Amino acid sequence: MKRAALFLLALPLVAAGPTTVIRNATVITVTKGTFVGSVLIRDGKIVEAGEKVLVPDGARVIDATGKFVMPGIIDCHSHIAADSINEGAVAVSSMVGIEDVVNPDDPDIYRALAGGVTTANVLHGSANPIGGKCEVMKMRWGKDAAGLKFEGAMPGIKFALGENVKRSGSPGGGFGNSPGLRYPASRMGVEDVIREAFTEARAYQKEWRDYQAKVDRHEQAIPPRRDLKLEPLVEVLEGKRYVHAHCYRADEILMLLRVADDFGFKVRTLQHVLEGYKVAKEIAAHGAGASTFSDWWAYKAEAYDAIPYNAALMVRKGVLVSLNSDSAELMRHLNTEAAKAMKYGGLNETEALSLVTINPAKQLGIENRVGSIEPGKDADLAIFDKHPLSNYAKVDKVFIDGELYFDREKDLEERPGKEARKKALSDKLKQQEKKERKRPESPGEKKGDEPGGAQ
Amino acid sequence: MRIFLTLLLALAPLSAAEPILLRGAVVHPVSGPDIPEGAVLVRDGKIAEVGAHISVPKGARVIELKGLHIYPGMIDSATELGLSEIGAVREMNDISDLGLFKPQLRASAAVNPASEHIPVTRANGITSVITSPGGGIIAGQSVLMHLNGWTMEDMAVRAPVAIRMEYPHVQMPGRFGGGEAPGRVSAYTEAKKRYEQQVRELNDFMESARRYGQAKATPGPDFETDLRLEAMLPVLDGKLPLLIRAEKEKTIKEAIAFADKQKVHMILERGAEAWKVAAELKAHDIPVILPPTLRLPDEEDDPYDKPFSVPGELYKAGVKFAFASFGPGSEDNPRNLPYQAAAAVGFGLPVEEALKAVTLYPAQIWGVGGELGSIEKGKWADLIVTDGDPLETRTEIKQVFIKGQSVDLENKHHRLYEKYLTR
Repeated sequence: MKRAALFLLALPLVAAGPTTVIRNATVITVTKGTFVGSVLIRDGKIVEAGEKVLVPDGARVIDATGKFVMPGIIDCHSHIAADSINEGAVAVSSMVGIEDVVNPDDPDIYRALAGGVTTANVLHGSANPIGGKCEVMKMRWGKDAAGLKFEGAMPGIKFALGENVKRSGSPGGGFGNSPGLRYPASRMGVEDVIREAFTEARAYQKEWRDYQAKVDRHEQAIPPRRDLKLEPLVEVLEGKRYVHAHCYRADEILMLLRVADDFGFKVRTLQHVLEGYKVAKEIAAHGAGASTFSDWWAYKAEAYDAIPYNAALMVRKGVLVSLNSDSAELMRHLNTEAAKAMKYGGLNETEALSLVTINPAKQLGIENRVGSIEPGKDADLAIFDKHPLSNYAKVDKVFIDGELYFDREKDLEERPGKEARKKALSDKLKQQEKKERKRPESPGEKKGDEPGGAQ
Repeated sequence: MRIFLTLLLALAPLSAAEPILLRGAVVHPVSGPDIPEGAVLVRDGKIAEVGAHISVPKGARVIELKGLHIYPGMIDSATELGLSEIGAVREMNDISDLGLFKPQLRASAAVNPASEHIPVTRANGITSVITSPGGGIIAGQSVLMHLNGWTMEDMAVRAPVAIRMEYPHVQMPGRFGGGEAPGRVSAYTEAKKRYEQQVRELNDFMESARRYGQAKATPGPDFETDLRLEAMLPVLDGKLPLLIRAEKEKTIKEAIAFADKQKVHMILERGAEAWKVAAELKAHDIPVILPPTLRLPDEEDDPYDKPFSVPGELYKAGVKFAFASFGPGSEDNPRNLPYQAAAAVGFGLPVEEALKAVTLYPAQIWGVGGELGSIEKGKWADLIVTDGDPLETRTEIKQVFIKGQSVDLENKHHRLYEKYLTR
């Protein structure tokens, strides 16, 4: 019995990797200044960070002389590791969620990791005014779908406004195979769909409250029928689920804020929000965060007034701002995306790095766990060989929960072996094909003309 | 007194031609060693002198640039600048037209000199670009243009600078159109047939152009002008390069063999797998316009950093190349060209080579090595003044000169910033 208990106690230690000290690094804490010193990691947590840190007996020591340690990067808007993105057949698809389609084998997870990303908010697409539920995940490459989940993170849901949403209401513009046209086709319709949905959600909420009141009074009561579409919206009304709303133009941003005010909920983040700089005051007053691109513009009509000063300008007006990728590629260099907010709008280094660390952590409600180098937080760290705001910097090592999930040295070492294994497999396939070609063809079966590529 | 004033006013328009002496800055000629405290003399739009000490010529305007740096303006070797204003709006795009063979189409005829993208792009130190048409097999004529001017006639450096084509390859219908195995086989067979057909048509077209050239040399009574074939003559004469887009190893090899057979001067565009064909490219002296460095690996099991390390690999193999943005039709911003170059530095490309591949090398590849791409006497005075390394995002571009003229750095983005900052 005692042995079993010990074993149980020891388990988290094993999962979290050995006690580790990263030494002689320039430590960019983001929230508590920058200094040359060490970070002590134990049981998956940051225990200490300072200029002088004692190395415990038996600790693994990583010498990072000349290198830079920063908190793992957090991407507030991603679509990696999901097998499908859009349920566009209906205007309100709050019954679906990313959680059910997570693909832990997506190589984009590893690629993001190799760019210093440790946490991402994986969202439903932008096909409908109210989309599906999101999942916040850590880039724990090698773990299964459940193992990626950022346990304890606040649930979220995707909303979307503007062009992408309207498209399904225009002939020839639909997403996927949705037959015919789908309401809405205008920004007016988008507002209506959201108001209709929350009007229903309120009524549904009342049904449950009435039922609960009866139960509390020990009266006989029949529970209402569960509605999987409205349930997440009731959670929004009750502050138990965050709204992450894709938007571009100032008018639609303001529209959504007012709808939220009318129904008494908060928009947690405005996503993309490329014209956020035009209504920064109103965004700040509502208390919404803004998660934007650094400098994308002009790829569609609603992005024509997008400016690279957006992030900095909103910061100056008191908005909580993050920079996101919305792209498996851009996700690999969010650190240098942050540098663009220094060039365009004059943020300082800490403000710039906050855009991809502590600010998105706050937006996702996980700032007590990640987003900065502070004792007690998860040991999610990225080591760069140069200052992370330099275009010449590359990622050396990445830790999540104190475990080493990316090591460039190891990656390079493993390449010849992987290459050899790949070659062996493809040789085997070729031989097999040769053998089959020699055999006479069975009727109705034709081989040898197929492309080699994967399905 | 009044006469004197009138005289001054009358002289004012001429002042644009006054010599300008930029001095006190670190001069980075790119073609040679840096000059720690150097000067550049600009006269009639050209670089008249570069050196450590240049005496002030009579009537010259002197610009003191202590603590700053002077670099040559950067060149983006693949854009849709001026042909595409808003990517998703059909009416604002003139990138491609109907048909497979249309070498007579001129990008220079459709570039909008008032595009908002032009001031936005040059504000980050890009002073000239290649704008190319797309679509079909032979897409049309690319233009090399300066990013300053009221009209294309002001802007054009070379129009055309090349004829752009995409080498045929087997194009399968979208991943989701494949269906089950038997369907896939027939789809592939069909795609392969289409590809073989296109290769035949391409060779026939080249042959027609060649015969047309011969007929034109000794025109008979029934000789008729054919604008499509006519447009190919400079390519067949070796006077105009053929910019050939090909991505995969097999396609690149086929394109090289095609260029060899047709005896045309080839520039490879994109060439995602150019690293697999490096020796051949080097042997044939074929330069490459690289795909964006900041992109995902092409294959699922490629190393995560493959796109970052390719420029360094090509450099080691002795292949000449230039970086390009391929924007702004998609999210790629031509203004971010220097960052495509910088991204390769941590992964094996020497930093000086990265800089050359956005300045001197593109100029050489496009046949204007004597006019653009470095700070050398006799070249156009396309200069940028910076507070540091232009390949770093944090560096500010302080001034831009195109053909010796100080260019306004104001643009749509900065205007909106100023406007809403005061709200």
